[in-house]
Amino acid sequence: MSDQHTPEQATEVETTAVQAQPLQEAESRLQPIKWKFPITYALLALLSLSAFTFLSPTGAVTQFRLATASDFVTLPAVNIPSFAGALVLSLLQLGLAALAIYCAARRIKLGVWLPMLFGLFFVLAFLIYAGAGRGAFIPVVTLLAGALMLSVPLIFGAMCGLVGERSGIINIAIEGQLLAGAFLAAVAASFFTSAYVGLLAAPFAGAAVGGLLVWFAVKYHVNQIIVGVVLNVLVIGLTSFLYSTVLTQNSEMWNARQQLPRLPIPGLSQIPIIGPVLFNQTILVYLMYVIVFALHILVFKSRWGLRMRAVGEHPKAADTVGINVARTRIFNTVLAGGIAGLGGAYFTVGQGLAFGQEMSAGQGFIALAAMILGRWNPKGALLAALLFGFSSSVGQVLSTIGTPVPSEMLLMLPYVITIFAVAGFVGRVRPPAAEGVPYIK
Amino acid sequence: MKLQLKGVTKRFGTFTANDRIDLTVQPGEIHALLGENGAGKSTLMNTIYGLYSPEEGEILLDDKRVTFNGPGDAVEAGIGMVHQHFMLIPVFSVTESVMLGYEPTKTAGIIDFAEARRRVQEISARFGFDVDPDAMIEDLPVGAQQRVEIIKALSRDARVLILDEPTAVLTPQETDELIAIMRQLKESGTSIVFITHKLREVRAIADKITVIRRGKIVGEALPDSTETELASLMVGREVNLTTQKDPAEPGDVGFSVQDLTVVSRAGKVVLDNVSLDIARGEILCVAGVDGNGQTELAEAILGLREAVDGTITLDGTNLRRMSVKDRLNAGIGFVPEDRSTDGVIPAFSITENFVLDQYDQQPYSNGVAMKPSVMREAAVEQTSRFDVRLGTVDDPISTLSGGNQQKVVLAREMSRDIRFFLASQPTRGLDVGSIEFVHRTIIEERDKGTPCLIVSTELDEVSNLADRIAVMYRGVVVGIVPGDTDRDVLGLMMAGVPVEEAYAQAKDHHTILGGADEGAQA
Amino acid sequence: MSTEKKNNDPAEPGGALKEAESRLHYAVRELSQSSWVITLLSVVVALVVGALLILATNPQVQSTMGYFFAQPGDFFLTSFEVIRDAYSALFRGAVYDWQAATPERSIRPITETLVNAVPLILAGLGIAIGFRSGMLNIGGQGQIILGATCAAFIGYAYQLPLGAHLLLALVGGALGGAIWGGIAGVLKAKTGANEVIVTIMLNNIALYLLAWLLRQQWFVQTGSNQPISAPVEDSARLFGLLGGGFRLHAGILLAIAATVFVWWLLERSTLGFEFRAIGENPEAARTAGVNVPKATALVLIIGGGLCGLGGAAHLLGTEYRLGAGIAGTLGFDAITVALLGRSKPLGTFLAGVLFGGLRAGGVLMQAQTGTPIDIVLVLQSVIVLLIAAPPLVRAIFFLPNPDGKPRSTGRRRLRNQQAAEAAEQPTPTQEVSK
Repeated sequence: MSDQHTPEQATEVETTAVQAQPLQEAESRLQPIKWKFPITYALLALLSLSAFTFLSPTGAVTQFRLATASDFVTLPAVNIPSFAGALVLSLLQLGLAALAIYCAARRIKLGVWLPMLFGLFFVLAFLIYAGAGRGAFIPVVTLLAGALMLSVPLIFGAMCGLVGERSGIINIAIEGQLLAGAFLAAVAASFFTSAYVGLLAAPFAGAAVGGLLVWFAVKYHVNQIIVGVVLNVLVIGLTSFLYSTVLTQNSEMWNARQQLPRLPIPGLSQIPIIGPVLFNQTILVYLMYVIVFALHILVFKSRWGLRMRAVGEHPKAADTVGINVARTRIFNTVLAGGIAGLGGAYFTVGQGLAFGQEMSAGQGFIALAAMILGRWNPKGALLAALLFGFSSSVGQVLSTIGTPVPSEMLLMLPYVITIFAVAGFVGRVRPPAAEGVPYIK
Repeated sequence: MKLQLKGVTKRFGTFTANDRIDLTVQPGEIHALLGENGAGKSTLMNTIYGLYSPEEGEILLDDKRVTFNGPGDAVEAGIGMVHQHFMLIPVFSVTESVMLGYEPTKTAGIIDFAEARRRVQEISARFGFDVDPDAMIEDLPVGAQQRVEIIKALSRDARVLILDEPTAVLTPQETDELIAIMRQLKESGTSIVFITHKLREVRAIADKITVIRRGKIVGEALPDSTETELASLMVGREVNLTTQKDPAEPGDVGFSVQDLTVVSRAGKVVLDNVSLDIARGEILCVAGVDGNGQTELAEAILGLREAVDGTITLDGTNLRRMSVKDRLNAGIGFVPEDRSTDGVIPAFSITENFVLDQYDQQPYSNGVAMKPSVMREAAVEQTSRFDVRLGTVDDPISTLSGGNQQKVVLAREMSRDIRFFLASQPTRGLDVGSIEFVHRTIIEERDKGTPCLIVSTELDEVSNLADRIAVMYRGVVVGIVPGDTDRDVLGLMMAGVPVEEAYAQAKDHHTILGGADEGAQA
Repeated sequence: MSTEKKNNDPAEPGGALKEAESRLHYAVRELSQSSWVITLLSVVVALVVGALLILATNPQVQSTMGYFFAQPGDFFLTSFEVIRDAYSALFRGAVYDWQAATPERSIRPITETLVNAVPLILAGLGIAIGFRSGMLNIGGQGQIILGATCAAFIGYAYQLPLGAHLLLALVGGALGGAIWGGIAGVLKAKTGANEVIVTIMLNNIALYLLAWLLRQQWFVQTGSNQPISAPVEDSARLFGLLGGGFRLHAGILLAIAATVFVWWLLERSTLGFEFRAIGENPEAARTAGVNVPKATALVLIIGGGLCGLGGAAHLLGTEYRLGAGIAGTLGFDAITVALLGRSKPLGTFLAGVLFGGLRAGGVLMQAQTGTPIDIVLVLQSVIVLLIAAPPLVRAIFFLPNPDGKPRSTGRRRLRNQQAAEAAEQPTPTQEVSK
């Protein structure tokens, strides 16, 4: 606090005789130059140059397939000479790194375009290297569609975490909420032999877990992280128990597969590359678009969002203007649970699978990571979740065409990136101020 | 609006915070509620504001009985409150802060930002506030944050405005501006309840003074009462407003900092080439408005903050590169600014708190294992020497009153061999009895020949203790002046005016509070 | 000023989470204030919940439900029998089996309970040290995996003399866990990275790391493609204590020793004083000269070491071969053990034995009555949720609250009580009247 205020302290006073000038000068002199990012770029670019370029077999070609059957225009497959392609991309990366270094030295700030462009070049170079001389196509559409598919539960989970934490409730139980949603969706869909009934039921399961979380947190002031961890165990225990008893005893009735149908959007779904990826999806995915877009607007521009953020930042201040802190937290956490429950439905009815024990397989924790990396922001969380989904998708595609990089490493990537993020490497992460703190009048 | 309380009683468990309070605030009146820290002023105001519900009694507004189930109801009824710790959200803009809870919306709950901004601008214009509606709260200076709070209250048509210790964070000149605002509000018919424990302020500002002591109203007074009268009413006995002390007999320089520079983690210079020399047997007070580098000075001396430049010398040894532990062992006695966060560990026993910064030193441990019986014996002996009122030393320290906790801290620091004493806001939040005790203890330490550095934002405390005063503004020592320097001069220096100029300006223009001083002396 | 300082010092990454940690102390204290009665009642409620689950899913009971109104007696009788069978199997599997053929078999269950308890106690102690120091180490799982992995590799890849081999394998396990915990600890100390997030991420990284290692022939040394390692040498195994038909191994002695060590560390050593001080109030600890970053890192290193030791003991005493599922749910069980034990060494030991018993009994229950062992997870989590919220347990059993006020006003009472504490803090007092 005092850090920030000191220099401006008395700007209100008319009798300012001491000028702020020397101080500011001193500041710019003493402000350390941030070398972290430029150096990272440089290292990654060198990695790309040394590994991806020079380890690519000479004369090899990397083939990318861009088309699917239903496109308006069928794009031809693209063949790129591996060495030359990787070399060009690596040089471009080096150029960006040099630019970053130059700007850092001159204390010039750069926009987000630089990391995004850099990332794109790096990933492309990697793909060229991974696919070099394999004789198989790298299916770009499959890769991207897979990325979106794998991101769906992450995005729902991250939105859930975001709504809860913005109102001050830390949610470690996203994993449990996804699992509960998957379970109830499968059971309800199977019982009523309708995937849509499953979709309707799933949010209630997630909301119930959210309800338990917020009940213990708000009413009994139990540490929210502990409640979250224990709720995960509870949901795993309950669903596994029911799976081993009821669901296996009569799987025809309770655990038969149901799948949400794909609903291609006429026209849009036929655009090359992005059409089949984005617009030939189930209603669940379209719902996800709506939820992310709505949260993007509502969190910052609506009365609901303003009050939610107030309660999460400074509950007492919210209370003094007549906002019911407990009610806001309860409502939002239950609502958030509903969102996660929907995401859970993706594991079962979303993909036409029966319920299996612990089928959420840690996705809830990646969702948590995506939310943190996205800095409690719908847009950021979306991008982070897509990034994580993409890295898993690359892992899957590469393991089918055979690649020198172990798929475990790619699967690890989201977790590693998140550790770097919370360690302050990817910029300062600043959670809602009153997160995890019970409000006691 | 007329506000009336009849027999309002508020209990917390067995503790009665407010005992049958009767109070009447007339329309357009500035009514001061005067009482010591912990007397129950804030509880009473929170009750009026609907944060607490009273066990007994009633609240009347314009002779109509009202009950509040929450602050929302109170605001609805026309009561506004500016809390001592502002109820503002650092990451919100001014507009967002002001509209929170009363958002103008368009369809689907989307906020009408243009309308909200217009409201802020309208009220700012009406009262001549210069507040940017799009500024982030955390970027605003404290004075401006206070104005946002006032705008917040006024935007809801508050006709009774409660100000809880509003001057605690302001310079005397900023206080003047606040007083002007209060008078302007009074003109427009707003009733103001003004909570404070500062005698000078009530005499300068209030139309009427109600004194509260230990939860009860003990009397009313008019602004022309003397400070001594008010003080004895407030404390319940005759008090000496100034601590008796002999003139200092400064020896040679025992402690000094030279060219000390500290940069905050955000990269701002918070301490800029500060140099101070303190002689043995002398108290140097550092005065200034909160947040001008005093905290950082104390922290840098103890080693909690790294200094990028300069020296810290104690008895000829440069401490700058030492760890906190080594500095403590070199003989710094330290009383931190915020007792509950820095001074004690509330859940630890009194014994454990007593050895808190000596836990791995002889005789309390052999470096690896601790010696509980030795610790306990020492704690029993020293707490009784410092007259700490306690059950047993095995109780958690949180069971003690603030004053007694501070005594434990003092006992801890003074019972070891210290060669320099450093205290930051040593009496913040304490009652008058404890304040006297702390001041006496510090003066005794001085008389033993220890150089003492006391950081305080309370001018009363500064003029009470100081042999010399260093005034800080924006991380710079504006000047060092004798202990009996005129408050107007200090006030101007606290706003950054250099010494000579401050003397000159103070001659021409008295602040309202300074003027009240003159009146009192006459 | 202090609250402001806490809330929005931007230079402090995760400032809010820090607040959450100080809340942890409130939670832990709340736990330790609740009496044994609360614990006992929580167990009772959990057993009732478990019973209801068993009934709801039991085919026989369901069939009697079909003619409930014709013969309600059938329903109740069947229900009673089902529950009796399940819980008696649970008890026989965990403590003493009076139906067993030989006396040795009768007492075998309690030794199985202790076998299960060994990793739970060791890892639970590791988690408990974190809790006492204000750190939520959710990374037990990863630290156990690393511990087991290191211990296993040392155990089968080297040929060493009898005592030395075991010792080295145990130390290696502890080191593996310490390194994994240490990553979180050092990151927290250096950058303020929140340990909850880092340890959760490290759990998953450990999982994939193990999966990768198990595909490497230089690592598993089996000559087959199975993702499972070679068995550890006899010289590296924790020796059996009772011989013959018993699996109880020297790990239990290790667990007892660790319990005593952790007690001494926390209650009697200067390092433990630092740990508890940073847990309760890191600011005050810093002001008192404690090197907070160093202590923070050490907490997670020692805690991780204990978890790693738990993993090592599990592998060297029970499993012998390293597989992908080596840690099972041990990591999360350890958290519940530490919570149930209220982060005290003895409490953690006893909680470990209790949950070890539930596991051991669960196995027999599953074998004899077909009740899936997953119900143990439900029992565990219900117990821990309830002991964390004593007012809830009191409400379930219509017990009076400690201050004897009626329950209906519980909510307001709690609030007022806390407000009173807040109000009394700076309050007035004797000095004035002096």
